[in-house]
Amino acid sequence: MHIQFTEEQLLLQGMVREFAEKEIAPFVSTMEAGQFPRHLIEKMAALGLMGIPIPIEYSGTGMDFTSYIMTIHEIAKVSPTLAVILSVHTSVCTYPILNFGTEEQKQQYIPKLASGKYLGAFCLTESGVGSDASSLATRAVKVDDHYLINGSKMFITNGGEADVYIVFAKTNPSLGSKGITAFIVEKNTPGFIIGKNEQKMGLHGSKTVQITFDELRVHESQRLGQEGEGFKIAMANLDAGRIGIAAQALGIAEGAFLQANAYAKERRQFGVPIIENQGISFKLASMATQIEAAKLLVYRAAYLKGTGKSCSKEASMAKMFASNTAMEVTTEAIQIFGGYGYIKEYDVERYFREAKVTQIYEGTNEIQKIVITKHL
Amino acid sequence: MQFTLSEEHEMIRKMVRDFAINEVAPTASERDEEERFDREIFDQMAELGLTGIPWPEKYGGIGSDYLAYAIAVEELSRVCASTGVTLSAHTSLAGWPIFKFGTEEQKQKYLKPMAQGKKIGAYCLTESSSGSDAGGMKTTARKEGDHYVLNGSKIFITNGGVAEIYVVFARTDLESKHKGTTAFIVESNFSGFKVGKKEKKMGIRSSPTTEIIFEDCIVPQENVLGEEGQGFKIAMMTLDGGRNGIAAQAVGIAQGALDAAVGYAKERVQFGKPIIANQGISFKLADMATNIEAARLLTYQAAWLESAGLPYGKASAMAKLFAGDTAMKVTTEAVQVFGGYGYTKEYPVERFMRDAKITQIYEGTQEIQRLVISRML
Repeated sequence: MHIQFTEEQLLLQGMVREFAEKEIAPFVSTMEAGQFPRHLIEKMAALGLMGIPIPIEYSGTGMDFTSYIMTIHEIAKVSPTLAVILSVHTSVCTYPILNFGTEEQKQQYIPKLASGKYLGAFCLTESGVGSDASSLATRAVKVDDHYLINGSKMFITNGGEADVYIVFAKTNPSLGSKGITAFIVEKNTPGFIIGKNEQKMGLHGSKTVQITFDELRVHESQRLGQEGEGFKIAMANLDAGRIGIAAQALGIAEGAFLQANAYAKERRQFGVPIIENQGISFKLASMATQIEAAKLLVYRAAYLKGTGKSCSKEASMAKMFASNTAMEVTTEAIQIFGGYGYIKEYDVERYFREAKVTQIYEGTNEIQKIVITKHL
Repeated sequence: MQFTLSEEHEMIRKMVRDFAINEVAPTASERDEEERFDREIFDQMAELGLTGIPWPEKYGGIGSDYLAYAIAVEELSRVCASTGVTLSAHTSLAGWPIFKFGTEEQKQKYLKPMAQGKKIGAYCLTESSSGSDAGGMKTTARKEGDHYVLNGSKIFITNGGVAEIYVVFARTDLESKHKGTTAFIVESNFSGFKVGKKEKKMGIRSSPTTEIIFEDCIVPQENVLGEEGQGFKIAMMTLDGGRNGIAAQAVGIAQGALDAAVGYAKERVQFGKPIIANQGISFKLADMATNIEAARLLTYQAAWLESAGLPYGKASAMAKLFAGDTAMKVTTEAVQVFGGYGYTKEYPVERFMRDAKITQIYEGTQEIQRLVISRML
């Protein structure tokens, strides 16, 4: 059992890698300055990258889940910002509609999302509920043929830039997680208010906003799945989301490692390249080994997901291990660059700042441990 | 072995803590965002006697010891690591070599205004091709009659541009590697002294880090610090004490992060209880607290040894190594405890994490600390 990519997957990998190095790399610094990469998303759409695992009949590229994960991985090596934008768009916006939507909903939204004409987002977290998602407070009250939604969400990736939002609200507060319902909400719906963009430690080009629902009126045809099915929908798509984040973290670790490895071979002190010191070479060896292990975990989870097998444990393990790897590897990568690693002229400190959030979002690593424990 | 601090030490701690909370903390995050050094904060430290803690009163100091100084750096760094390193570079890296190797005239002329906080000091050793390999420096000092002419440039100079007094290391003898370096006291208004570019950094952003350029910079011969050829030894001995200042800074950063994380973990409720009720969180905090205690003890031990006139090179390297690693681990976990909020700039922990990283790098990377320690085993 080992990772062997098909010819089609390898072709895709080559194409994405070239796209990342030629088209994305020049814009990394503008994204760092806070600019949302709209034009790069358009280019990705033109290459079919915004709907890789989505069936062709819905305007997707019709490739497999592994191909999608590989795309996130390759993009993240250059731009973790663009990688998370893509991951959220496909894993937790397009997929929920594909897996739980009515045929009308699928026809209405999937082609636009898969072709990249629309960008997607996922609204679960609130200021008082992160890990304890089922205690969310946003309320949806049924009135005749529509719902009135009131409340607010926080830390929404792609918020403000997305056209379609999967929103989770309580239709029955007395039922806990079984009282949550999912809705498909379009951006310019009256009562849908985009709030401030958070100033973050990293991933500056990715919007992370608060969203308020003020008597937001949503027709019942926008309800995704049945009333009370919302939490199940959220959880069902977290696996895909987690594997996507695991791939992002893997890309971050690899991107930083490649830079540190190259620097260690060139930088000379005491008459030799610094890699000739075991203190440095052994560090690089450990980093490389961890990255290999993370890679195997990520692609195993992707393989299971892609072949329709249950993979919650594997997805959580991949997310936890890859994000921890990203954090450790980037911390050491800066170390290898010495003082230069700390200044913004060099890229490596960016990867360090980007790595941290992969241990937190789409389920903190503490939550991942709880998920894993349930399967032991 | 005594494990309690004297009344004087506790008084200094309290005084600096109050100052840090009231005068430094409120602007820490905006100064970080704006990369802005605030001279007024340094002036306030001068008024409190903090800018010359270990130096005798006859040199403008308050005649306390290196332990009091370490405590001051720690307390400042709990709220603002940039302010901590400003004081540390000023005291350990610029003040100490003049105190140890300066003539009486040099001490009166340079140490005194620095101790009184009228002037800020800096230390110029690192160059673009000589970091860890400090002996490989290329800046030269050519003797010409009654002065030296310095040419070359230094990088990553803490307090660069805001300091008036710089302890600079240059080659007076190009043949000899270690014995051909000399230390000089250079004033920022000497002809040929230029402040170059200011670095944009990941953290400690309100501490200016600049290039310093010497273009036929004229330095009078009475500004030679110590003997010609003694420079490398002075540089290395200075770093022994300097690294304990950084250890103290790292302890402070870690403590600040831990305090914030504990406070949040007790308040934030998820699944019907404060998150600290989960062993996944409480055990993490216990480990963090334990490591900080150990780091603090190592730092205080090194400071105590220095104050007692005992050898402290191995102790200070161990303190810096352990405290730097502790700060990095603790701050990374502190952000984790805060969850998504920890990643935003609304909370200070992401700043602490960005600040912590440099403590593993400057004043001798962790790898250099290991070399220093292993050579003494």
